[in-house]
Amino acid sequence: MDGHTEAAAPLLDVRDLTVKFVSREATVTAVNGATFSLRAGEVLCLLGESGSGKSVTLRALMRLLPKQAQVAGRVELGGQDVLALQGKALGAFRGGEVAMVFQEPMTALDPVYTIGQHLVEMIRRHKGGTKVEARARAIELLDLVKIPSAARRFDAYPHELSGGLRQRAMIAIALSCGPRLLLADEPTTALDATVQIQVLILLRRLQQELGMGTIFVTHDLGVAAEIADRVAVMYAGRVIEEGPVADVLRAPAHPYTAGLLASTVHDQAPDQDIAAIPGSPPDLRRLPGGCSFAPRCGLATEACRQAFPDPVYPAPGRMARCLRVAGVLPGLLREPV
Amino acid sequence: MSTAVEMLPYVDPRDRGGAAQPMLIARELQRHFRVKGAGKGAVVRAVDGVSFTLFKGETLGVVGESGCGKSTLARLLLHLVVPDSGELVFDGDAVGERGGVNVADLRRQVQMVFQDSYSSLNPRMPVQDSIAFGPMVNGRSKTEARRIAHEILVKVGLRPDLFGPRYPHELSGGQKQRVNIARALAVGPRMVILDEAVSALDKSVEAQVLNLLRQLKRTLNLTYLFISHDLNVVRYISDRVLVMYLGQVVELGPAAEVFARARHPYTRALLGSRLSMDAGRRIEAPPLVGDPPSPIDPPSGCRFRTRCPHAESVCEARMPTLGHWEDRSSHVAACHMTTPDSGHSLAGAA
Repeated sequence: MDGHTEAAAPLLDVRDLTVKFVSREATVTAVNGATFSLRAGEVLCLLGESGSGKSVTLRALMRLLPKQAQVAGRVELGGQDVLALQGKALGAFRGGEVAMVFQEPMTALDPVYTIGQHLVEMIRRHKGGTKVEARARAIELLDLVKIPSAARRFDAYPHELSGGLRQRAMIAIALSCGPRLLLADEPTTALDATVQIQVLILLRRLQQELGMGTIFVTHDLGVAAEIADRVAVMYAGRVIEEGPVADVLRAPAHPYTAGLLASTVHDQAPDQDIAAIPGSPPDLRRLPGGCSFAPRCGLATEACRQAFPDPVYPAPGRMARCLRVAGVLPGLLREPV
Repeated sequence: MSTAVEMLPYVDPRDRGGAAQPMLIARELQRHFRVKGAGKGAVVRAVDGVSFTLFKGETLGVVGESGCGKSTLARLLLHLVVPDSGELVFDGDAVGERGGVNVADLRRQVQMVFQDSYSSLNPRMPVQDSIAFGPMVNGRSKTEARRIAHEILVKVGLRPDLFGPRYPHELSGGQKQRVNIARALAVGPRMVILDEAVSALDKSVEAQVLNLLRQLKRTLNLTYLFISHDLNVVRYISDRVLVMYLGQVVELGPAAEVFARARHPYTRALLGSRLSMDAGRRIEAPPLVGDPPSPIDPPSGCRFRTRCPHAESVCEARMPTLGHWEDRSSHVAACHMTTPDSGHSLAGAA
């Protein structure tokens, strides 16, 4: 899994990304120096709970944040400075190089246009060509995402499709211009279990066939296990742990990741309490000094409250921002997984 | 776990039927909704002949995908939606019938916690007033009701002086759901319906609330109907499980049994769709293809046959019945494969 060399230039490089929402009452630091990178053809899961900054990060990557958001840091896609894009270049970038699949296809699709109209508009805007060519390409795409009787569904309105088919249509739209980077914001969360696994397997297959880099935002460890190559765990606007998915889920290095794993209901004995993380995430208007997880952390010491911990690298390809990694993961330090 | 409850010397004076009398019996509950613009006489068969028994002190988990009728079922049990037909018996008394228990009394003893913790609280009322509202409606004085509210807040793990005067928007999702649980418990119910009560919460908060629910059940001697789409949560919290598909019950049995030896192909597919949490054991092929059919015009015979890998002509011709169940340990499924002489080629093998 770690056969790639670190030296190869990443497809996407995000350094110290910070997003602040300033209002008269307060300044909310939604993303607070997030740093991560993505290789071409790799699937990275941004894992975190609500308010951890994962969706805001994703929107910042596609430049979808509202004007009052103050964005700082550096985002490079194939050497191009994403945060500096303006005008036409930005229009070509969105949808052309980067595409997004949203959680709720019903609100992301325009209810007064058919699925086909959505697709044709995208294709002609970015690739040009005639209506007939675009229609043929659109039906090809609907076939690609396994929508049965694609030619008929081309003329369907979003409300005429089931939730699973709508999300497939959404994926077809995102893929229509062959993006280098696919962003997916909880694309299967609103789906039923038997449909969710179908869409996940579809996304996994498409990603492998088309080879685009993918960032997948989810709160569900199970989804990450199914689709990710690597995971970046976010807490209070920062990436606090990163590494290959199997290793992180098997032996987390950060106490928050360990707590998240323990509190996810999965085969626990029914007569025992679940090991829940006490307390709740910090108020993003008033972040604590030092490590933002320290107030909820059983391993926190005085040093944890002084400054936010620098990254440590407990094993090849793994990173954690914690002073107590040794306390969480003694086995890992001795023999790398 | 159940023995600890049975050993309590305390007997609830409202317990009319005794321990052996089920808390709730539902017989052939049915509710169809008319739909406009879908053809004349088109109805959504939201709940279509659902029967089950809820025993005292147990947690019955209800699982199924969206549109299977689990939330309508919950509303029928409280008469928030009035059934078209069918019978509801609460602790030996028929609900809403002469000589039985009236709906107001039923609602004093059965309360509900909804999924959306924000929209189920009055945004213009401090949460302590929302909690005190129930007791006040039931005749308590304002001071008395306020005292009850504070007691309950302590029980759900919120400091009354700190959280009582707050408005819903000043609370986190987990805190709001604790308040909703407190609001449900303030009238002293014997049974609580939890309709996706932890589904909207973050995992770390969900774990806290699940622990709280288990602890409250023990200390207050409650009976739960726990509706969820999350099979892992249902397996953890339930004594028995009821699986619904398109308005009907397809399987019912003890949780451990159903999860270890599911008898209905739909239940097996649901279980097979659970994500593994282990990147080394990914699911390679989906257990089912397509979405559930519309409950407006469900398939004839067995409603699952259009997605079932074992469907045969008998499945189209006849609707399988759930079979007879006697007690808490009965495990039944509505599938021709489980009935020896049904005419299905795999009958008796499953």
